[in-house]
Amino acid sequence: MTSIAGGLRSGRVQLPQKYIPVLVTAGLFVAMFVAGGIRYEGFATGQIVLNVFVDNAFLLVVAVGMTFVILTGGIDLSVGSVVALSTMIAASLLKDGWPAFGVIGLVLLIGAVLGLGMGAIIHYFEIQPFIVTLAGMFLARGLCYTIGTDSIPIENGTFTSFAQTRIDLVGDMWISPSVVIAVLVVLAAAYVLHYTRLGRNVYATGGSEQSALLMGLPVARTKIAVYTISGFCSALGGVLLSFYMLSGYGLHAVGMELDAIAAVVIGGTLLTGGSGYLLGTVLGVLVLGLIQTIISFEGTLSSWWTKIFIGLLLFAFILLQRLITARRR
Amino acid sequence: MTRFIRHRLFWPLVILAGLLLLNLFFTDNFFRIQMKDGHLYGSLIDIFRFGAPLILVSLGMTLVIATGGIDLSVGSVVAVAGALACLQISDLSDQNSVGGVLGAVGIALVLSVILGAWNGFLVAGIGIQPIIATLILMVAGRGLAQLITDGQITTVNSSPYKLIGGGYWLTLPFGIIIVAVVLALTAFLTRRLALGLLIESVGGNAEASRLSGISARGVLMMVYAFCALCAGIAGLMISSNVSSADGNNAGLWIELDAILAVVIGGTSLAGGRFSLGGTVLGALIIQTLTTTIYSIGVPPETTLLFKALVVTIVCLLQSPAFREKAFRRRRRPVAPSPATEEKVRVSA
Repeated sequence: MTSIAGGLRSGRVQLPQKYIPVLVTAGLFVAMFVAGGIRYEGFATGQIVLNVFVDNAFLLVVAVGMTFVILTGGIDLSVGSVVALSTMIAASLLKDGWPAFGVIGLVLLIGAVLGLGMGAIIHYFEIQPFIVTLAGMFLARGLCYTIGTDSIPIENGTFTSFAQTRIDLVGDMWISPSVVIAVLVVLAAAYVLHYTRLGRNVYATGGSEQSALLMGLPVARTKIAVYTISGFCSALGGVLLSFYMLSGYGLHAVGMELDAIAAVVIGGTLLTGGSGYLLGTVLGVLVLGLIQTIISFEGTLSSWWTKIFIGLLLFAFILLQRLITARRR
Repeated sequence: MTRFIRHRLFWPLVILAGLLLLNLFFTDNFFRIQMKDGHLYGSLIDIFRFGAPLILVSLGMTLVIATGGIDLSVGSVVAVAGALACLQISDLSDQNSVGGVLGAVGIALVLSVILGAWNGFLVAGIGIQPIIATLILMVAGRGLAQLITDGQITTVNSSPYKLIGGGYWLTLPFGIIIVAVVLALTAFLTRRLALGLLIESVGGNAEASRLSGISARGVLMMVYAFCALCAGIAGLMISSNVSSADGNNAGLWIELDAILAVVIGGTSLAGGRFSLGGTVLGALIIQTLTTTIYSIGVPPETTLLFKALVVTIVCLLQSPAFREKAFRRRRRPVAPSPATEEKVRVSA
């Protein structure tokens, strides 16, 4: 282990250790892309990367919220069911003739309020985030089924135009409006994390809650804020998913919390909190998306290989993090 | 009286009693246990029978949580064990041969223990956070189970295998007997021998227990292997009950139910102490809740809502911070306590 550290230090370029996990993820993404380009015809195009964005815009938004929570050392298991609840509420209200933007506003509000409630319970009653958000997961999923057990199609004009619009870029490349929204969310979140007090407080709380409290930082507000942000992002992810699927269904986004957590971990964020970057999360989502693309290009590989690959990747990245943190001590 | 109310298991017991009382009013003959063809029948027996896999998984989970860890992979292990056993049995020339079924069961359980040892190795050997270490197997294990069954639902037609999850023995459902044996063994090993003490000391402070001569790594490895073994047996029960293995859906979310059962039973997620009786109680509450929802005619869609409600209530009632704020507001003003996760409170 010392030889690795020594090698890095004696290298000409000083590479701050804190960037290594993000860089490794970026390297992995590039390597996968190149390998795919060599192996499959028509793979190495810009559109493939953009398609990953188009197909995973909702996951990206959800993972951004999850990053906030994990940076404070918490975890939010409710995201997948809040996404499903959002699609369900949106679809059922649209069916009753509500205006599209009113529905979107209401859905975002509900998501944020759910997050706020969970955050408040976690902080004020000192119950583990794992359990509280687990109850939140049951609650949101249960509310979905209470609204309806069947899939509700969305035929609203605004939603369908969001689903079908293509924004043309240079060449033959295009993206969907959802990607623009997701990118805006990422930029806003990056700004909040790195240039505002809230962002500093998030890192400080994750580093050591007790020290943050003793420093006089508003730990209560920060912890409640991150769960609110996560709830809001899940609801927004739900809106994007309803653009993508054009339906509301209680079984949408089952297990998405795992994908979001995996993306955050692959992106190099420590689950103990206090260390990690939003860019890593973006790369994590891209890597997960690219795995699926490669498996669909391969054709003969069955879908369950996705899970096995994601498991292996998780293992590799956690091992890497472990090595890095062990060296730091 | 206050000592009684302060007891860890007081609130869970109240909830269970409340649920059962609810059934008394809404369901006819809820408490009647009948004897038919030499088998015991009745709603109470059914709660035990359908709750058996959950109780088993929760037992293993209790010991893992007592060491301060958590095992998210049990649901996947349930699927893998069921898938492997069904695959082995479906390859037998005579599916009803007891030897062949025993062999298949043995192989499935050995694989479960290996998967558990892998978790233990990641946690104890490499030092990865338990929630992450087991997340790996949770994700990859589902894929593995589907790989074993080739994405299909493997069905078997084997009466010895059917016995494990759906059969009767000595008038009782066989599943209940398995649970009783595992529970008795676990209770004996942890409460009559020093093992429980070692587990609790590792959960209290792994480094301190290592320095005082306890093989913390060994204890952790063993606990994760045991948890996976329990999950494996539960997996056999679940797949045997329906005579098929579904890599995708078998044991889905059972890890969450099991963790809930453990928490409801008063075992702290911070580790350092555990209560087997509490866990069984917790698992029974969850199963009774499900049964109650069906029997009083609440639409099954709202099962999850009720679950969320009960979980929230139980957890709030058990949270010292909540009790402080709700019941003794006048005496002490609300003050944020900096030491939220301190182990001191656990052993107090």
